[in-house]
Amino acid sequence: MIERRPVANAFGHLMLVAMIVIVAFPIYLAVIAASHTIQDVSQTPMPLLPGAELLENTARALFDGPQLVGVSGSTPAIVLMMNSLIMAISIAVGKIIISLLSAFAIVYFRFPLKNFFFWMIFITLMLPVEVRIIPTYKIVADLGLLDTYTGLVLPLIASATATFLFRQFFMTVPDELVEAARIDGAGPMRFFFDILVPLTRTSIAAMFVIQFIYGWNQYLWPLLIASDYKYQTIVLAIGRLIRAPDAFYEWPVIMGMAVLALLPPVLVVVLMQRWFVKGLVETEK
Amino acid sequence: MEKRVVFQNRYLPYLLIAPQIAITIIFFFWPASQAVVQSVLREDAFGTRSYFVGLENFIALFEDEYYLNSFKITALFSTLVTTIGLSLSLLLAVTADRLVRGTTAYKTLLIWPYAVAPAVAGALWGFVFLPGPGIFAWLLLQAGVDWNFHLNGDQAMFVVVVAATWKQISYNFLFFLAGLQSIPKSLIEAAAIDGAGPIRRFWTVVFPLLSPTLFFLVVVNVVYAFFETFGVIHSLTRGGPAKSTEILVYKVWYDGFEAQDLGGSAAQSVILMVIVIALTVVQFRYIERKVHY
Repeated sequence: MIERRPVANAFGHLMLVAMIVIVAFPIYLAVIAASHTIQDVSQTPMPLLPGAELLENTARALFDGPQLVGVSGSTPAIVLMMNSLIMAISIAVGKIIISLLSAFAIVYFRFPLKNFFFWMIFITLMLPVEVRIIPTYKIVADLGLLDTYTGLVLPLIASATATFLFRQFFMTVPDELVEAARIDGAGPMRFFFDILVPLTRTSIAAMFVIQFIYGWNQYLWPLLIASDYKYQTIVLAIGRLIRAPDAFYEWPVIMGMAVLALLPPVLVVVLMQRWFVKGLVETEK
Repeated sequence: MEKRVVFQNRYLPYLLIAPQIAITIIFFFWPASQAVVQSVLREDAFGTRSYFVGLENFIALFEDEYYLNSFKITALFSTLVTTIGLSLSLLLAVTADRLVRGTTAYKTLLIWPYAVAPAVAGALWGFVFLPGPGIFAWLLLQAGVDWNFHLNGDQAMFVVVVAATWKQISYNFLFFLAGLQSIPKSLIEAAAIDGAGPIRRFWTVVFPLLSPTLFFLVVVNVVYAFFETFGVIHSLTRGGPAKSTEILVYKVWYDGFEAQDLGGSAAQSVILMVIVIALTVVQFRYIERKVHY
């Protein structure tokens, strides 16, 4: 701080607070909508202060799901959230495991084709699902994995970013540790599990936060793979509900579901902020 | 970079790298090559046989006014998302960086939209702008705007841009703030001693030093707008009204799954692949020779 400018400072604080309010506004409104009866929300405009029905609407969203005219059946949010949780955790854990193993192979061994494999992993960065959408769907269909958790998770757990992150970290681990482990008679896997993985735990935590959010927020992939409502995720359900054709919208319950859909990843980011920021910055290196 | 000390084992490294490589081949390389193959094939009317048509699928695409239109829409959409998102978050980051107190609290209160799924961001903003209960829709009606983004293409584009930008602001803000905090204070103080005011200091000292961060964020935001906003479009507008928000990624999905045009969709996939490769090359060339001052 060079000049003392109390007015400019006050203005700065004001602007940031205003921006925070604007950023939070749509979520505030979703919570408000979830706290009223359907009649109150159908007014023009809807009320801006909280009503008394929040618990009831949330319970409806969790255990019944919204009723839609013209759409048969509705899935309770608890089932959808369970699917999202299974998908997010399996993707995060799967990515971390296979990337730790491949980074270990790349850094701690010399073998023919090593660079070739490294480039193969690197190129996957250039092939997001969106650019190979139909052939990938066909392969999953041919393998009989449509409407299964395996189909939702397996194709998404290859990860160039996680492999690079772990490779980067392994390069900074002192060679003396390997030598000491060897002198003590430890083989490569013993070294990996007892020394390397424990040393990597902050990077693993950072990776977990980033990949959990990635997995929870998947949309296009579950849209293709999960046609059976038993395997749909909560994010997918929100995207479908909000534009269901000719449906009579039960807005309080739908907005309650939207809040349930964003709560887990937002909590992960806020509570694990340190690892989240670390993960974001490191994956972009 | 190579380690000096390594383990000796003939088979173990292959075993360790096998899961990653297997998934990469089955779900990345094989489908990508299939997309290339299908892009030069066409199925007959019964879908039983396909025959080689050369570049016909591509020619048909570039003669299709909807496809050209989708290009224009994507260009407009990504330009708006990138410029609005970057300017807003730069302004916020510069403001937060100037303040001595409260920076950490502001950071916490601004980063969480990153965690909201694009489709959910679409749902939230769709409700705010929904004709009827939506507050902003009501305000716009009061202001005399004939507001209904389900019917008006420009209004639909506006809502889609708001939702997509909103989600990305926290990411840009974090990187700008980190970039600003890494600029040595002595440089700014030196400029101040030489008599430069805050605005002059920003444009002649801070902004040039921030340009690597800015460049990096431009690439990230363009990639985001091109490839990660499918959920926003699908939940808010379904590409409509009258295809006015049909970005390339939405069209590739729609043509492949709803319209069942395999050859056309595969040709679009190949074009998208070229775009991603170009963007990745730009990004990595820059990283290799980081801008120096």
